[in-house]
Amino acid sequence: MKDIVIRPERCLGCRSCEIACAVAHSESKNLFSAIGEKPAPKKRINLEYVPDLEISLPITCRHCEDAPCVSVCPTKALCQDETTSTVSYTPERCVNCWTCSTVCPRFISLYQMILVMGCWTSSMVSNRGIISRQIKAGIKCDLCEGRDQPACVEACPTHALTLFEREED
Amino acid sequence: MKQEIYEKSIDPATRTMLQKAEEEGIDTAWERYEKQLPQCSFGQLGVCCRNCNMGPCRIDPFGEEADRGICGATADIIVARNLLRSIAAGAAAHSDHARDAVLAFKKMSEGEAVSYRIKDTAKLLSLASEYGISCEGESLEEVATRLADILLLEFGKQEGPILCTRRAPEIRLKLWAELGIEPRGIDREIVECMHRTHMGVDNNAVHILLQGLRTGLSDGWGGSMIATDIQDILFGTPQPRRSTVNLGVLSMDKVNVIVHGHEPVLSEMIVEAAEDPELLELAQEKGAAGINVAGICCTGNETLMRHGTPIAGNFLQQELAVITGAVEAMVVDVQCVMPSLGELTGCYHTKFISTSPKADFPNTLRMEFHEDRAYETAKEIIRTAVENFPNRVPEKVAIPEAKQECIVGFSVEAILNALGGSPDPLIEAIKSGAVRGIGAVVGCNNIKVKHNDSHVNLVRELIKNNVLVVTTGCNAIACAEAGLLLPEASELAGEGLKAVCKALGVPPVLHMGSCVDISRILVLSSALANRLGVDISDLPAAGAAPEWMSEKAVSIGAYVVSSGVFTVLGTVPAVLGSQAVTSLLTEGLNDVIGASFAVESDPFKAADLMLKHIDGKRKALGLTSER
Ligand code: SF4
Ligand code: SF4
Ligand code: SF4
Ligand code: SF4
Repeated sequence: MKDIVIRPERCLGCRSCEIACAVAHSESKNLFSAIGEKPAPKKRINLEYVPDLEISLPITCRHCEDAPCVSVCPTKALCQDETTSTVSYTPERCVNCWTCSTVCPRFISLYQMILVMGCWTSSMVSNRGIISRQIKAGIKCDLCEGRDQPACVEACPTHALTLFEREED
Repeated sequence: MKQEIYEKSIDPATRTMLQKAEEEGIDTAWERYEKQLPQCSFGQLGVCCRNCNMGPCRIDPFGEEADRGICGATADIIVARNLLRSIAAGAAAHSDHARDAVLAFKKMSEGEAVSYRIKDTAKLLSLASEYGISCEGESLEEVATRLADILLLEFGKQEGPILCTRRAPEIRLKLWAELGIEPRGIDREIVECMHRTHMGVDNNAVHILLQGLRTGLSDGWGGSMIATDIQDILFGTPQPRRSTVNLGVLSMDKVNVIVHGHEPVLSEMIVEAAEDPELLELAQEKGAAGINVAGICCTGNETLMRHGTPIAGNFLQQELAVITGAVEAMVVDVQCVMPSLGELTGCYHTKFISTSPKADFPNTLRMEFHEDRAYETAKEIIRTAVENFPNRVPEKVAIPEAKQECIVGFSVEAILNALGGSPDPLIEAIKSGAVRGIGAVVGCNNIKVKHNDSHVNLVRELIKNNVLVVTTGCNAIACAEAGLLLPEASELAGEGLKAVCKALGVPPVLHMGSCVDISRILVLSSALANRLGVDISDLPAAGAAPEWMSEKAVSIGAYVVSSGVFTVLGTVPAVLGSQAVTSLLTEGLNDVIGASFAVESDPFKAADLMLKHIDGKRKALGLTSER
């Protein structure tokens, strides 16, 4: 499998990943032409400011076919649509246990950071909220199908986003 | 995305040195560019503002996130403000250069800068009469002092007019006055740009851009024009002469001194000191066969135009010159000097000598240059270079063979001279269609473009289509390296242009000087327009900056378009983040000032745009189309 690893401590909040993602999902694939396209191309990654940690971090979900977050969520706040594999979130059910974060390759470093900083006030609701917004807009991270490197990984000047690949076991 | 060497430049000498750099494990601008990729999108679109400390603010070009800054500034406002700041910086660079030239001129006239003389008396007297100075019973020096005093006032003037603007056609002047963009004072316009772009001052994109045009005009018809005039008086008005260009001009057995930067006040002295018998003798003692001065960038163009001093390369070749391992001293003043030279010269025996009181770089040997002891300092610099000759490491030396002959020195005076004293023969050739129009191709190199590729292809395409090309700056050097500055190059020209070039014995591409000498192009176009009784914007002429990169080029763009010349930019300016600003620059300006910009990175398509424009103007003038 391959996926993006997010290292929030390296993120400078420049939003380069967001723009690169939108351009990668535009008709022209070119920044200067993409800005004029109608409808405007949509990004699959969102920069979120976490005030308690005073960090910004890019949040994105690729709605893994075999979503580990769904299988570990104790309250079924997360569930997956069998046909579209979209992972959806019901905030009312979430008890902010962060268990899902411990298994998601994209969230795990945020979780580790929270552990290190001992700051538990940051809520899963806001992080998941972004993903819910994306679901509403009908978009999800497709890991940039067809590109060698995901656009966001390529664009990030500080390597806060990296791609890891692992042989299937 | 590693680029292959052949993708980096079209020039063989450049490729050879890039190969050497690679073998020696040395990074150049090309590798540093690769490390910058991908570049920040907000920056490329011009939608990032750092003008106050509530920011930085940036606008999401896709409309999902912020559509205004904290103060409420929209993309239109932010883009326009950023553009205005670039124009201000560019105009400042040209005009501050001009100021120093006038100050040196004044000191000379007062006997405090004995290294300088009046070289072109006729130009001094004609300027004096233009500025209303009566010369009766006064010495040339007294006239010069009075002229210097008047010119210095141009910088600090509050209410205009900047007197050089009077050289523009009457009808253009009227248009500027109606639009309220007549520049009032060189320094004033630049200061006002900085004021207007401060947080919470000018927040109307159109209003901001008009100030940009005015500031550009204070450069083109002010600072730059004054620099050209004064440098002609001090160092001589260029006349056609032969020379040689490209890295191959560096010498295996002579001391190589490179002058790089922009102000001839320095390079003229260096060229003179290199002929000093005492230093030539010292060179011999050190085992060298002589002293070879070669230029890079515009200071190179200045000495090339006036003395035929060879040129080692244009902007992107500055590092490669050092990489030959054969340069004893890299002597720099201001503008377009890469700070990377500090570390790079450290890898060779090259001394990196900085001379301007305004500009220093990493790892330099400071030899500050002041007019009162200009020649002494120049001698010390040459001496340092000569004494460095024995330190050359033979194993590290490789000078590419490629060099090219060229003919340069086409000041307006020289062009009129070649035409037999009046612009009429050229006008007749334009009328008959033998010369379809005039193309002014100028500007830098830009790492985003294959080195010299757009310059050379655009110019070739223009002359092939009978467009007479005038060139300055790094485009001129690119054309010289490609052999386009030779009468023989007219073989590449269309039939009409070929015949005209043959009759006059001139190349199809005329080297008019350094970047401040774009003012010569303005004077020439004004002369042509006046003779035809039309505005500059009616001429079958178009401009281009195929590989531009510097803020000076932004200011040049502003004044060339404000003067009525349609201009094609080969690299994308950081304005596309605003629809309003983009459409104003590329269309709206046409209705305001009779010219606009286009952006086209393909040199062949750019040539087409220019040709189409030229043909449109021909038609409007009732001229028959091409023969
Ligand atoms: S939250 Fe993480 S684990 Fe769950 S579907 Fe999204 S990317 Fe996969
Ligand atoms: S991997 Fe591609 S689709 Fe997913 S967030 Fe990054 S740029 Fe967007
Ligand atoms: S590109 Fe990298 S540093 Fe910039 S916002 Fe995205 S993750 Fe953060
Ligand atoms: S001037 Fe306005 S847009 Fe610029 S940094 Fe300040 S608040 Fe942001």
